[in-house]
Amino acid sequence: MSIDRSQVDHAAELARLELSDDERERLRGELGQILQAFEALNTLDTEHISPTAQVIPLGNVERDDVAAGSLPQDAVLDNAPRVEDGQIRVPPVLDES
Amino acid sequence: MTTAYRTVIGLETHVQLRTRSKMFCGCAADYANARPNTHVCPVCLGMPGVLPVINREAVDHTIRTGLALNCEIPEYAKFDRKNYAYPDLMKWYQISQYDLPLCVNGHFDVEVNGATTRVGITRVHLEEDTARLTHVTAADGAPASLIDVNRSGAPLMEIVSEPDIQTPAEAMAYGEKLRALLRWIGVSTANMEDGALRIDANISVWPEGEPVGDVKVEVKNMNSFRSLGRALAFEIERQTARRERGQPIEQETRGWDESAGVTRSQRTKEYAHDYRYFPEPDLPPLHVTRQRVDALRAALPRLPDQVAADLINQGAPEADVAELVQDRPLTDYTLAVIEAGASAGEAVTWIVHEFRRALNAQTNKSAAIPIPPAEVASLLALRAKGSVSSTMAGEVLDEMFATGKSASTIVEARGPQISGQDELLAIARQVIQENPQAVQDYRDGKGRAIQYLMGQVMRITRGKANPSAVSTLIRTQLDAME
Ligand SMILES: [Zn+2]
Repeated sequence: MSIDRSQVDHAAELARLELSDDERERLRGELGQILQAFEALNTLDTEHISPTAQVIPLGNVERDDVAAGSLPQDAVLDNAPRVEDGQIRVPPVLDES
Repeated sequence: MTTAYRTVIGLETHVQLRTRSKMFCGCAADYANARPNTHVCPVCLGMPGVLPVINREAVDHTIRTGLALNCEIPEYAKFDRKNYAYPDLMKWYQISQYDLPLCVNGHFDVEVNGATTRVGITRVHLEEDTARLTHVTAADGAPASLIDVNRSGAPLMEIVSEPDIQTPAEAMAYGEKLRALLRWIGVSTANMEDGALRIDANISVWPEGEPVGDVKVEVKNMNSFRSLGRALAFEIERQTARRERGQPIEQETRGWDESAGVTRSQRTKEYAHDYRYFPEPDLPPLHVTRQRVDALRAALPRLPDQVAADLINQGAPEADVAELVQDRPLTDYTLAVIEAGASAGEAVTWIVHEFRRALNAQTNKSAAIPIPPAEVASLLALRAKGSVSSTMAGEVLDEMFATGKSASTIVEARGPQISGQDELLAIARQVIQENPQAVQDYRDGKGRAIQYLMGQVMRITRGKANPSAVSTLIRTQLDAME
């Protein structure tokens, strides 16, 4: 399975990665190999196995609706690049929400 | 020749659920008046290595909503990651539900001008809310975005309708009725002004007779039902004009600008909707047992539609009933008044108009209604017997609110209704004498003059006169004067 440059560019854009031409070419090869490894799954006979979205034998892990404590504000803001008025300050973004 | 068009509207409603804690962590969910970033922990801050745990009450609220919307509740549900990069999303993904939501295939009946439209409910699913972004000019004068993480991870339910809505009025009716239902079953405050209820619309306009295609416009940022109606009306006009000119409708997201009264395109790159959903590996799936669904169903209150149908059957006017069932505490109260012996028709109409006026005048609006329902029933009985006039009943009610005294005590203290002809006659003559303009108006055929003169008599008698006796008396006097 091989992937082309535009697929690499698309994945890079989604991940907000800026890649050099060398990196794009190298990743094209590496991503192709990763996908090829997954291709091995297609050789298995799964006809009698129902699909699942989980790989661990757990279900219904829920908690009671009880409020516990939160972090102090300065701890929350500790990793923020910049802080203003008790909020995390980031470069202006277009409001698209 | 002009082409006829038809409009296809589907609504996506986000509802903040009423829980004590957030969706996947123990942070308190009542952050509304909190300082920014004080209801935040490593889980809702999206720190690496943390483990979310599902809030059971949020799941129950979603199932309650699904049941109230006539949905099927599948036995198996799971959460998925919806990936996108935006600063309101701490993890760069939102935990949501993709292909196996908690509720599917429901319906919701909406009334507009007496006609009922059945709107299909595609699904109701559960997800987490995002952080709040504000766009400001920062202290240093530079433009910036500020992030308050308090809302991040709050439980958020999304109700997706089928595209069964055809007019802005239907969309507004759907929103208003849904808000009342959510409050009725207690799953949300559903206050639009607080952002607890947010409605986005998908809308497209098609030439009549042609098949409906895939292209639709998503409209956002409506902060009230009125804005919802206005935004949809604008889109119908805009899309129809494009069709008329032979221009295609582009698939896009548009934001409603309330002050300008227009929708504007929100340019987003085409990859914006490449969400790359995949099953959330940190959350085991949910097996929703039939016992759980049955227990939730059994504990649901009787729904507004059922209560309304009962009241209408018992003779209450439809319009007043529709008004009443917007408010569950008042509906419960009315049912108790009826239980105490009042007729449904009288109780509903009087409570919606007169009682609610007096109730709204109370300063402490959050408190329970202080008058026992049986007292209101006995006041209504006195009114039905003619012992108190309608006007006086309102005053007696105000006094009941103010003093806590019983209806009969107040009525007795006020003395009997004035029906002695001589006393009334004197008052009527006095009023006629003092209001020559109204008398002239009556002669000129203005029917409202009678109302005015009656009002004056009622004011002087403090509502203790029998209205129909007063009306007859005034007419007789006026006609005798000619
Ligand atoms: Zn938290």
